[in-house]
Amino acid sequence: MLRLVVHRALVAIPTLIIVSMMIFGLQKMLPGDPVLAMAGEDQNPQVIAALREKYHLDKPLPTQYALWIGDVLHGNLGTSLRTGEPVTTLIAQKLPVTLQLAMFGLVIAIGIGIPLGILSAANRGKAIDYGANVLALSGMSIPNFWLGILLIFLVSVRWQLLPSSGYVPPGEDLWMSFKTMVMPAFVLGAALGAQLMRHTRSAMLGVLRTDYIRTARAKGLLRGTVVLKHALRNALIPIVTVLALLFGELLAGAVLTEQVFTIPGFGKLIVDAVFNRDYAVVQGVVLVTAAGFIVLNLLADVLYVLLNPRLRRA
Amino acid sequence: MAALPTTSTASPTPEGGSPVTTVAGAERLPRRRHRGLRKFARNRAAVAGAVIVAFAVIVAIFAPWLSPYDPIATSFMTVRQAPSALHWFGTDELGRDVLARMIFGARASLAAGVVSVGIAVIVGVPLGLLAGYFGRWVDAIISRLADALLSIPFLILAIAMAAFLGASLTNAMIAIGVSAMPRFVRLARAQALTVKAEEYVEGARAIGLTDTRIIVRYILPNVLPPIIVQASLTVATAIIAEASLSFLGLGQLPPLPSWGSMLNTAKDFVEQAPWMSIFPGIAIFLTVLGFNLLGDGLRDALDPREQS
Repeated sequence: MLRLVVHRALVAIPTLIIVSMMIFGLQKMLPGDPVLAMAGEDQNPQVIAALREKYHLDKPLPTQYALWIGDVLHGNLGTSLRTGEPVTTLIAQKLPVTLQLAMFGLVIAIGIGIPLGILSAANRGKAIDYGANVLALSGMSIPNFWLGILLIFLVSVRWQLLPSSGYVPPGEDLWMSFKTMVMPAFVLGAALGAQLMRHTRSAMLGVLRTDYIRTARAKGLLRGTVVLKHALRNALIPIVTVLALLFGELLAGAVLTEQVFTIPGFGKLIVDAVFNRDYAVVQGVVLVTAAGFIVLNLLADVLYVLLNPRLRRA
Repeated sequence: MAALPTTSTASPTPEGGSPVTTVAGAERLPRRRHRGLRKFARNRAAVAGAVIVAFAVIVAIFAPWLSPYDPIATSFMTVRQAPSALHWFGTDELGRDVLARMIFGARASLAAGVVSVGIAVIVGVPLGLLAGYFGRWVDAIISRLADALLSIPFLILAIAMAAFLGASLTNAMIAIGVSAMPRFVRLARAQALTVKAEEYVEGARAIGLTDTRIIVRYILPNVLPPIIVQASLTVATAIIAEASLSFLGLGQLPPLPSWGSMLNTAKDFVEQAPWMSIFPGIAIFLTVLGFNLLGDGLRDALDPREQS
């Protein structure tokens, strides 16, 4: 067990290093000389040389990378060109908002996806199965920003039930916070719920085919008991790992959802940074996302083993 | 050891009746394909998907002939008009015909879907085959690269790349292609690993065939069915990704139309001109649905182990 965790962690390290190299490499893809752009009108060679030295751009590429990654490991992701604030501060401000949205979305996705998947698998080939599949396919095919626009049009503009945009921290006004979050969270959770439904369905179908389920039914246990107690427990094992993988999509979906509902989160931070050419912020956001995703996958691997008794003993 | 289930829908395991000898395999392959084709034709959802995709392709190709108006000609006489006999889907904030822009927008969406998946397949599949076939350090390097790319969510990587490369449809396609690549690396690698151990590959090696010949002649054909399935499903994701990037202003540049960029402007006029957002959204939805249905149908037809 411990060996497995250590092994997985060791594999994650080179992945993280390669990710950091790729993110470092991104800034080298920028057309033009960043120093010339920074120097602006004043093309004084001394100023340019000073800037080059300040940003270590006069050093060879491996040295530049080593200096950059050293800073990153010390928690210094650079400063925003636009606001002059440290990137870590900006991320620390925005990340909680996105995490709140993502967790809310995840709850909705699980609430829709897993029950529908179970129902669909237990009623294979029947109308419920067909309906659930149509719903899942539609959920996967609908662009979430469009779903957001449609909901704003119906729920906010036509029926005037919920605010169309904005963000209220839960600490300030819990009810208002819920009201502003529920629509974006639904938009975010819908696509994920659709995928989760399909994964749950296929995992359940796999388990329902096994001998021990047939035995349980044969000895006279109720169908509901067999499905929920015997089958679901085993079907949930692969679903846990899928959830970890889907969390990345949740973060990506949040970028669009935040844009549609003007929520000041992580996604809005990266999009605004892209338009302001605030590259340190873009790099910081991508790096934090990737690191988070790698750690989450590691956790999912460990959880997968913990949940699976056969692997736990191995 | 507990392997992570891949998010890909196609199974990386070989098909049911893998050929025992090369001769028997060569004979059996075409017949199995026919069976797959018949199975696909019987699957109504899959056929519907194929019809939708074909329709979208025809619209994109014949856009100049099908379009009732010039998609970029503005007219201040017709700003934000509701759908009518003259303008079936209404007009936008600059008086341009929404239907005409949707017809031309199909080009951006389909091109983005096909080109980016093409990039992902052309780069990803050979890398995956190399990793699976040669193993050892080749595998280690390629797999870590794929892992690294996979650890950055699709859209975030595409946004970052579009940011550094500059916003344009071409760069969006490159960014989407690069971020979709690791899926194909993993799929091809897993498939190569299983096929490599088959007796007929051992046999081919024993009679002295070169590695290149073995990969092209024996491994590639076995990898193709799951790759085709994954490709059609990834086109669906890529179309949404392009629409998303264009929606954020990082894809197709104005005034050229794309469904995503149409929605980007439409969102500011939801109240006054809802038709501006409804129709392009339906176009994305239906096209993506078409590719998803097609991919599901192909999977059921080509990959007997993964039937729904």
